[in-house]
Amino acid sequence: MKYARFFIPLFIFFGLVGFLFKGLFLDPKEVPSPLIDKPAPAFALPLLDKPDTSFKRDDMLGKVWLLNVFASWCVACREEHPLLVEFSRQKLLPIYGLNYKDERVDGMKWLARFGNPYDGSLYDRDGRVGIDFGVYGVPESFLIDAKGVIRYKQIGPFTPEAIETKLIPLVQQLQKEAGHV
Amino acid sequence: MFKALLRSLLLAVALGGGLAQANEAAPASADPVLEARMLSITAELRCLVCQNQTIADSHADLAVDLRQQVREMLQKGQSDQQILDYMTARYGDFVLYRPPFKSTTMLLWVGPGVMLVAGLVMLVLILRRRSRMPADRFDPDEPENADGSPANTPEHPAS
Repeated sequence: MKYARFFIPLFIFFGLVGFLFKGLFLDPKEVPSPLIDKPAPAFALPLLDKPDTSFKRDDMLGKVWLLNVFASWCVACREEHPLLVEFSRQKLLPIYGLNYKDERVDGMKWLARFGNPYDGSLYDRDGRVGIDFGVYGVPESFLIDAKGVIRYKQIGPFTPEAIETKLIPLVQQLQKEAGHV
Repeated sequence: MFKALLRSLLLAVALGGGLAQANEAAPASADPVLEARMLSITAELRCLVCQNQTIADSHADLAVDLRQQVREMLQKGQSDQQILDYMTARYGDFVLYRPPFKSTTMLLWVGPGVMLVAGLVMLVLILRRRSRMPADRFDPDEPENADGSPANTPEHPAS
């Protein structure tokens, strides 16, 4: 008992190790978005394949939907894309693409080559809508509820686990919420 | 195949970088006062793509776009605060190199001060307790040789 206080540095050491160990698994690139639980920024963009057709945020009011930011130049998108194509086959919710700072032809070619999971793709040539959504690393995805509020943001590519454990349960919950409105 | 891909990728990066700089240089000369204000604001903002650079310093595509955005907002006569609000609304407080003082950032701001004060208090307590201790609680000072060097030092050449 007399020597108990000599263990204090040891405990402090273990505390520090605990924090540092936790830090190994934190990704500083994942900056929590301030847009969660806020209305999605208003936008009106032409469709990727139909430059004359405009698509607005409010077109999707009343539906739970996913907005996935992608670009043909984005390497991580290629990794994520097969998962989205697979997920879109479940027809759980409408998925829209935001073709971010891309050439129209490149974006369309990319979708033709790797498959098109989107119900429609919006074309954001100069990245302004991307800025409004706080996009800083493609791919990013936003889950938007029936009232047009952003409820979840996936930073970086979706993983099979993220789709199974986060996205799908949340989509089902939001769709249930929307049913009661 | 892989090499060719890599080479074209490198080329694309090199060309892309060149283009970005070329795009950016044009408006810079237009109005030196506006440009200086733009740089002073963007020097306060973190580039989220390369997190240890400011938006003023970074050559990332997003930083180039955001500098242009700030220029346009200044041209519309918006204040510095309006621009900072615009950025935090999209990217959060993390974008500010000087985060605001609020409940979530309190530890960040007061933490170092609290630790300094705690350390000083500990130091004073320990020193005061020691000064009150009787002399026999301490090891006796080592006896010294006549020339002032410590006793029993094997390295010390025998004279």
